[in-house]
Amino acid sequence: MNPNLRPSGSAYFLTTDTTKIERHTLSVLVDNEPGILARIAGLFSARGFNIDSLTVSETEHEKGLSRVTVVTVASPKTLTQIKLQLERLVPVHRVHDLTDEGKPLERELALVKVAGTGDNRVETLRLAEAFRAQVVDASIESFVFEITGRPNKIEQFIALMIPLGLVEVVRTGLAAISRGPEGM
Amino acid sequence: MAEQITGAEMVIRALLDQGVKHVFGYPGGAVLPIYDTLFQQEELEHILVRHEQGATHMAEGYARSTGKVGVVLVTSGPGATNAITGLTDALLDSIPMVCLTGQVPTPLIGSDAFQECDTVGITRNCTKHNYLVKRIEDLPRVLHEAFYIASSGRPGPVVVDIPKDVQFALGDYFKPQTHTDHKSYRPQTEGDLEAISEAVDLMLKAKKPVFYTGGGVINAGPDASEGLRELAELTGFPVTSTLMGLGAFPASSPQWLGMLGMHGTYEANLAMHDCDLMINIGARFDDRITGRVDAFSPNSTKIHVDIDPSSINKNVVIDLPIIGDCTHVLDEMIRLWRTRTNEPRTEAIQPWLDEIESWRKVGCLGYKNSDSVIKPQYAIERLADAVKDRDVYITTEVGQHQMWAAQYFPFEKPNRFMTSGGLGTMGYGLPAAVGVQVAHRDAVVIDIAGEASVQMTMQEFSTAVQFRLPIKVFILNNEYMGMVRQWQELLHGNRYSQSYSESLPDFVKLAEALGGKGIRCEDPAKLDDAIAEMLAFEGPVLFDCRVEKLENCLPMIPSGKAHNEMILPDTADIGNIIDEKGKSLV
Repeated sequence: MNPNLRPSGSAYFLTTDTTKIERHTLSVLVDNEPGILARIAGLFSARGFNIDSLTVSETEHEKGLSRVTVVTVASPKTLTQIKLQLERLVPVHRVHDLTDEGKPLERELALVKVAGTGDNRVETLRLAEAFRAQVVDASIESFVFEITGRPNKIEQFIALMIPLGLVEVVRTGLAAISRGPEGM
Repeated sequence: MAEQITGAEMVIRALLDQGVKHVFGYPGGAVLPIYDTLFQQEELEHILVRHEQGATHMAEGYARSTGKVGVVLVTSGPGATNAITGLTDALLDSIPMVCLTGQVPTPLIGSDAFQECDTVGITRNCTKHNYLVKRIEDLPRVLHEAFYIASSGRPGPVVVDIPKDVQFALGDYFKPQTHTDHKSYRPQTEGDLEAISEAVDLMLKAKKPVFYTGGGVINAGPDASEGLRELAELTGFPVTSTLMGLGAFPASSPQWLGMLGMHGTYEANLAMHDCDLMINIGARFDDRITGRVDAFSPNSTKIHVDIDPSSINKNVVIDLPIIGDCTHVLDEMIRLWRTRTNEPRTEAIQPWLDEIESWRKVGCLGYKNSDSVIKPQYAIERLADAVKDRDVYITTEVGQHQMWAAQYFPFEKPNRFMTSGGLGTMGYGLPAAVGVQVAHRDAVVIDIAGEASVQMTMQEFSTAVQFRLPIKVFILNNEYMGMVRQWQELLHGNRYSQSYSESLPDFVKLAEALGGKGIRCEDPAKLDDAIAEMLAFEGPVLFDCRVEKLENCLPMIPSGKAHNEMILPDTADIGNIIDEKGKSLV
C-alpha cells in the first residue's frame, strides 16, 4: 500500500445534476389492478423522483384500463429515467410525455368554500361569474363553487377568494390529454 | 369438464408443468395445504432450509448455475419477511426466481392476524413483480405468468402471495400456454439492426476498442457466451468484464484483461479509461465500475447493449444504445462483421494492444508471498490449481475474499461463479453453494468465504448435511471483517471500529457438531495437502484457512477517483510506465 496516499471521502462518488429542471405532464396507461397506484407512487419515492400532482381513474372499464396523469419536475435526463422506469412496471402499457408531444390540454377541478356576508357575498358571486365558477351549494353565509380550468386559473380564483372569506379548497389534480386526432 | 382441484394442488401441478424439480422452503401455518400436497407426491424434491433467507440464496445459486428459475416456498409473516434480503439480492443481480408465500385467509387480511404481514406491500419494491391471489380462478394464470415474468426480459424475482383459503378452494387448472402474450409486459429481445450495423461500423474503425461485458451475457444463456468468444476472436479486441460477468469469456485467453472496476486489474481499468470505443454488452455502469462518473472513459464512443431500456443513459451518457437480448445482438454483430471482413483487426490496433501489454507488465495482482503465514491470494491460487481439472462451481460471500476470488480464480465457463454483486449480501455464499450442489450433484462446489460473512447463514451447513450435499466452505479467516477494516484503514485513520471478529467459533468443532468435517490450516507448506483432504472428503467440509490478518485487497480505485488513479500493491512495477505525476496518483 502506498502509505502517503490516503484517499478521503465517502464510499460513493456524488455528482450534482446542474441541468435545468422542467415541469412535465406524463400520461400512463395501466391495468386497473389492486396496488397499481402504490406501485407508481412507490417507484417515485424509491428513486427520488418528484410528484407534483397524481391523478388516477379507470377510463376503459371493459378492458380494465386506467389512465394515470403525473405531473413531475425533473431534469431532462431524469425525465427519461422516469418514463423508462414507469415502463418497466409490469402492469404499465404505455407512458407518454404529453409536454414533449406538444402543448397538452390540461384541466383541473376544484371545489371552493367561501363564507361571508354583506358586500363580500356580492363581490364573491361577481368574481365567480367572471371565472365561470358554478355555485353548487349555498347557505345564508356561505357558497361552495365548482371551478374547472387550467391550474393557474384555479390558483388565481383561490387567491382572490382569500380576502373574501375562503374557508377551504379541494382539488382533483390534473387531467391531461394530447391535442389532435391521435389517441394514446 | 376436468375434475376440479385445490389451490394447493394447482401450485404443485404448475411447478411441475413449469419444469421445476427442486423447491427451497420452510413450512408454516399459512402454507400447510401446499406442504400437504407436496407430501403426497414424489416428483418435486423439497430442500428444507434452516432460515428463509437461506432458501432465497439457494434458489439464486440454483438459478445462476442452471439458467432455470429458482423456486422458494415460505409461509406468511416472518417467512415472507425473512425472504426479503434474497429477493432484493435477486432483483439487483437480475436472477430469475419465483417465491411463493403463504398468506392468512382472505377474510382475515388487514386484521393484524397471527403471522400476517403485507407481503405484496413489503415486496413491491424488491421484486420485478408481485401478486396477491385472492380468487382461485386467477391462481393458474398467475402461477404461469410469474414464471414467464421471472425468466423473460431482464430476469428477476416474482412473489406470489397465496392466502390459505385459496389453497383450500377448488377450481379448474390449466397448463401453461405455449405463446405467452402478456397484455402489457413485452420485453424487447431483438436489437435494432440499423443500430447493430452502426456498431459494427464503429468497431471496424476503432483504434482503441475494448469489450466491457457483464452479467447480461450470462443471463442470456450459454449461447451468448459462445457469441462473445466468437466475436472477440473475429475482431481481436481485448475483453474485460464486471464481477457478474466473470466466466462468460475465458480467463485463459490472451485477449482477457481481467475484471474491471474498484478492485479490477490495472490493465482493464486503464483500457477502459483510454479506449476510443467501448462496447458494453450486458453491463450497467454500476458505481463500483465507473468510479468518478465525470472522469469515466473521457474520450470513448460508447455502445451499450442491454435488454433493459432504463439502463441506457442511467449513469453514463451513451452514444449508441442497442436494446435487446445479448445472444441476438452478438449473433447479428458476428453476422454483419463477417459480411465486411474475414480478418481480425489485431494488426490495425497493434499499438493499442502494445499499450495494454505494457500495463499488464505492471503485474497489478502481484503480492509478497510468505513462508510463515498463508496469504489469502496464495490460498485462492492453490485452491484454483487443485480443482483445475474438475467440474467446479464457485460461490462467495461478500468482502475481501470475494474480490480475491474474482481476481485470482480463473473462470473459464459461464454460470460457474455465483456471487452477490449488486446488493453485496454477506451470507450469500454458503446457501448459494447448497443451491448449486442441488442442481449439480457430482460437481465440486466451493464457497470461498470470509469468517464474518459465513456466520450470517452458517446454519445452512446443516441443510447441506441433511441432504448429503458435499459443499466445501473455504473460509479465508483473517479474524476481521476484512473489507470494513481495509476501508477503516483507508478512510478512518486505522480506527477499527467493531470490525474485529471477536469470539470466533472453533470452525473445526462447529463443522463436526453440525455433522460435517472440519479442517484447519495455518501453514503455507501444508496448504496443498489440506486442500486435497477437503476435496477428497465426500461430505460437506468447513475449511478454516487462517490467513494474513491485515492483508489489503489491491489494486483499488479509491472512491471518488478515476480509473487512472488506482492504488497498486507495493510489488507493482510502475517504474517504466508511469510518469512522476502518475506516480503521485497511484
